[in-house]
Amino acid sequence: MTEPAAPIVVLRGLRLARGGRTILRDVELVVQPGEVVAVLGPSGSGKSTLLSALTGELEPAAGSVEVLGAPMPRGGRALLDLRRRIGVLLQGNGLLTDLSVAENVGLPLRTHTDLPDVLIRRLVEMKLHAVGLRAAADAMPRELSGGMARRVALARALALDPPLMIYDEPLTGLDPIASGVVMSLVRRLNDTLGLTSIVVTHHVHETMPVADRAVVIADGRIIFAGTPGELEASTDPTVQQFLRGAPDGPIPFDAAPRGADTGAHA
Amino acid sequence: MPLAATTRTLGQAGLFFFAVLRASRPTGDFGRELVREIYKIGARSLPIILVGGAFVGLSLTLLGYKALVTYGAANQVSALLGLGMYRELAPVLTGLLFIGRAGSSIAAELGLMRATDQITALGLMGIDPVGKAVAPRFWAAVLSVPLLTGFFCSAGILASYFEAVHVIGLDAGPFWQVMRDVVDFRDDFLVALYKSAVFGAIAALVASFVGYFAEPTIEGTSIATTRAVVNASLLVLMFNFVLSALFFG
Repeated sequence: MTEPAAPIVVLRGLRLARGGRTILRDVELVVQPGEVVAVLGPSGSGKSTLLSALTGELEPAAGSVEVLGAPMPRGGRALLDLRRRIGVLLQGNGLLTDLSVAENVGLPLRTHTDLPDVLIRRLVEMKLHAVGLRAAADAMPRELSGGMARRVALARALALDPPLMIYDEPLTGLDPIASGVVMSLVRRLNDTLGLTSIVVTHHVHETMPVADRAVVIADGRIIFAGTPGELEASTDPTVQQFLRGAPDGPIPFDAAPRGADTGAHA
Repeated sequence: MPLAATTRTLGQAGLFFFAVLRASRPTGDFGRELVREIYKIGARSLPIILVGGAFVGLSLTLLGYKALVTYGAANQVSALLGLGMYRELAPVLTGLLFIGRAGSSIAAELGLMRATDQITALGLMGIDPVGKAVAPRFWAAVLSVPLLTGFFCSAGILASYFEAVHVIGLDAGPFWQVMRDVVDFRDDFLVALYKSAVFGAIAALVASFVGYFAEPTIEGTSIATTRAVVNASLLVLMFNFVLSALFFG
């Protein structure tokens, strides 16, 4: 009998705070290898705060974060080393505007490896081919559409073959076709490259078809965790309001009053 | 409390300076970035430096001639020009022009990098953003401003020669001879280069600091750009007094 593989992400009793305000509390989450986990929630629910904890940008106020089998380092060289093994696709792409597409994708390889230039160029071509943008290698980021820039950023995030990919709002600003392309890439790359993926988003309907599990965050905590099918069948009024996009329900449409302790930064 | 906030900012700027020094490693990538930045902020500043230097030389020659001719010492105009340019005007004015041209651009670029997640992305890729985005700009400024000061002086002296000899009618021989006698290579020319390197460091450090820590918005970038120009200009003027007192006091 083979032993089950160790989880990729383990969050235990996690409480996250910014500026003394608790954003998320009592977060329990285990992500197994090979999974695509969607972290869903309305704007301002604390999804991006959770992502900050997963990348080591935000230290927990309480509880523990384990990523790739080790506790999250607190800054320094150990954190930089861990980040080489985590690919992050940011909402704003974060492509360096004075570098070409190929230079952007090759940047992690040039910085973290001693590979010769010719091999780096070949690897960059392969990464761009994987996201369908091999022909755009010499373009500058300003010449790309939103969907193309997102895919270039995805290729760059994959450059060092990280075992864990984290996507922060990967569909924001994209049209339905580009959204479909990006989400199918998320699934395909996850399966073909043997990755584990966490997708932080509020785009429920585009994400559910490619997710193995869904976690819904609202009211400063996880209110649902289960399969997409279980999410659809949930009778929780908060989950239902979020899924249906209803203006009336437990989730207030108006901003929380300043100084309230349950608010969150998106 | 303004005093506490100012002290905190100064402390942060000091730590930032050490972070820049620590991140300055002579790798191939760093060398490529450095050359690119020297071209962007150094070579591209050359036209305004040449024009600025020429007009300062013209003004100084005209005013110096008017004052000296009264005492029958019109030939000493090149001494006034040489000492004035190398000791004070060239390093300070080059520093100020550089701040307006390149310091503002450094602050705006880093502010936009912050606002568009580029700095965050570098950190998430395990790449030190200070080493990648700030250190090359800092060293490019430290190397470029002394060279620009040299060009500023050359443009000013050539313009002055043209005005003094071909417009006013002074003799060319005494013009060069007096300047050679008065201007010392080590005490004047090298001091101008030392001062310029310090001003370049101040310009780049202030601009990088305010840009790097700008609010990640368009407004934050705009505020950082203004702060870079105002704060760096004032610091250059202050440090010029301190350095002049040290070298010539």
